[in-house]
Amino acid sequence: MATGLDESSTLAIGEINKYDFRTDSPAIFKARKGIDAEIVLQISEMKREPAWMRDFRLKSLEIFNSKPMPSWGGNIGVNFQDIFYYLKPAEQQGKTWEEVPDAIKKTFDRLGIPEAERKFLSGVKAQFESEVVYGSLQEDLSKKGVIFTDTDTAVREHSDLLRDYFGKIIPPTDNKFAALNSAVWSGGSFIYVPKGVKIEFPLQAYFRINAESMGQFERTLIIVDEGAQVHYVEGCTAPMYSTESLHSAVVEIIVKKHGRCRYTTIQNWANNIYNLVTKRAMAYEGATMEWIDGNLGSHLTMKYPAVYMMEPGAHGEILSIAFASAGQHQDAGAKLVHAAPRTSGRIVSKSISKNGGRASYRGLVRVEPGAKKSRSSVVCDALILDDKSRSDTYPYIEIEEQDVSVGHEASVSKIGEEQLFYLMSRGLSETEASTMIVGGFIEPLVKELPMEYAVEMNKLIQLQMEGSVG
Amino acid sequence: MSASGKQGEKQGGEQLVIKGLHVAVEGQEILKGVDLTIGRGEVHALMGPNGSGKSTLGYAIMGHPSYEVTAGSIELVAADGTRHNVLEMEPDERARAGVFLAFQRPMSIPGVRVADFLRHSVTNVRNPDRKEGQELIPMREFRDELKKKMADLSMDTEFARRYVNDGFSGGEMKRAEILQLAMLRPKFAILDETDSGLDADAVRLASESIARIGGAEMGILIITHHEQLLEHNIPLQTHVMLGGRIVESGGPELAAELHKKGYERIRAAYPDAAAAEKAMEESRTSEPVSA
Repeated sequence: MATGLDESSTLAIGEINKYDFRTDSPAIFKARKGIDAEIVLQISEMKREPAWMRDFRLKSLEIFNSKPMPSWGGNIGVNFQDIFYYLKPAEQQGKTWEEVPDAIKKTFDRLGIPEAERKFLSGVKAQFESEVVYGSLQEDLSKKGVIFTDTDTAVREHSDLLRDYFGKIIPPTDNKFAALNSAVWSGGSFIYVPKGVKIEFPLQAYFRINAESMGQFERTLIIVDEGAQVHYVEGCTAPMYSTESLHSAVVEIIVKKHGRCRYTTIQNWANNIYNLVTKRAMAYEGATMEWIDGNLGSHLTMKYPAVYMMEPGAHGEILSIAFASAGQHQDAGAKLVHAAPRTSGRIVSKSISKNGGRASYRGLVRVEPGAKKSRSSVVCDALILDDKSRSDTYPYIEIEEQDVSVGHEASVSKIGEEQLFYLMSRGLSETEASTMIVGGFIEPLVKELPMEYAVEMNKLIQLQMEGSVG
Repeated sequence: MSASGKQGEKQGGEQLVIKGLHVAVEGQEILKGVDLTIGRGEVHALMGPNGSGKSTLGYAIMGHPSYEVTAGSIELVAADGTRHNVLEMEPDERARAGVFLAFQRPMSIPGVRVADFLRHSVTNVRNPDRKEGQELIPMREFRDELKKKMADLSMDTEFARRYVNDGFSGGEMKRAEILQLAMLRPKFAILDETDSGLDADAVRLASESIARIGGAEMGILIITHHEQLLEHNIPLQTHVMLGGRIVESGGPELAAELHKKGYERIRAAYPDAAAAEKAMEESRTSEPVSA
């Protein structure tokens, strides 16, 4: 909606990304380009990691080298030897807001993170280049035994806890990019919510890539113990560069008996970024895992958040929005695996393609033998804004159990001339009318977002729509 | 309030003037030379059999892209006599210039709430020079006005939170169109069968509401098959459309006659138009065209 456009929106003419700005930040350590054992060792040494993590990285590197590129999805035009894999910002990690360097605060200002929100947040963790630069955790949270830190710190300070789960949900052998992340990962969040602790407000993190041709390989691990509850939110924005940039994250989540976890992501990458992310959660007895995933921008996004329902009564939900514009391919989807009886899952996917963009839904619902009385539903709707744009659906359903219910609905629509005319006859310009129709199309998912993200999402859609009609 | 009273109080002679209008849809001519002048503060009724071109006239005035004006003119004449060519305007510019069409079958816009849509719409229509992205009218002010107008139409406030026309009953859609009319307060409104699909009570309510909203400020063209909607909106003139032309104009008694007796007398009196109607009907059955 056209409310409250701030001055940064004047940047958003045509295809120019709203977050096309960069803050000069001196880097004290920048590994040379390329990836080999020497670089991996250097990263591990820089981080003063225990031997097990160093060995894990080296083993992952071997797996990475031996794995072929995925043969499906989009064209991954990445030269792995032409990328910086690690960069550490000059400033040390700040403990309080006052200690956070001004250059970084300025970046937050440009991102428009409101002051009130900063105060409200229990812990803002922002990844600036490859290191978490600011982290604060409200006292009562730590009193309850909640751990919310960057993953590098967690390796040093919570090694035993982390080691039990790290790389267990998504092993380096899972796919080439999971292996790459395992070898060179840096940053990301580590969250542990102890038994029965319910965190009522969302924990948030902002991520940013800010060095040319720099891959970003954050690694997030969330452990929700029995009966515990957490909502984690990450918003990613990236400045635009002329050379290709790689972002390849791994997110692992464990939700134990009757626990609840919601993971919300809004990503708005620059148009040259390859965003190849592996996200997977395991949900145990009666547990609920929800992924809410908004993908805008990037050159190519391949991302299929997964929920493995491991024990009876587990519930998995994946809601995703993809917006593909000129030069962008969103290959996004979801994966639900029913591995136990009476598990239930739901996938709702909405994609919008315009101006030659391509949006693909790629999803898998798998019901294992014995997962009796399981239910799954998939709804994917695509909206195509013009004749140049494209939408594809690749739904895979594998059912090895009789006593189940699995539903799939798909729709593809174009913005109707009649809808446009109706809105225009009420005084809305063509752009306003299209934006409103697109906003309505994704509304069922946007209303699931925390308020400030819903506002941000609508703003982003609005910026994407500007100059798109005609 | 009696209709004859308001018709005397013209607002400085502002007019919507249609001359020799020819309109084609997908290459087929539907309107074959329509002349009609509506003054602000006047009520006109437009009647005619199905397919005679009544809705086409409404769409053409509002600027539907599928309705191609092949000849003739549509102009807005200001109080000082300045003429504005409506045909050069986009539909949104026409709305901002004070033209409104209540749709016979309004489109549903899933996910867009009535209140959000209307706030945007009202902002643009009341500030015709507003640029995209500029402030909307203040929320509180808008909400108070919307609440009041919904109450006038016996609409539940919950209605404002529903998605535009999505899952609305026929009656709800028509009422929503009247609500928009009330909020946008256009200079000229075309009401395309705002009574169709409504029961007698609902038509009476619609008729009263339109009279109240219209007052002396609005020029209204009521497209209808019945006379009930005209009960509180007594037309200055009733026009009969047949075969794409207005063939006869008269007073309120003409509406009553057509409602009672149908169009046989008209067809007999205007054999050319009746022949055109027949030809259009035949081409419609061979190749469907929405008119």
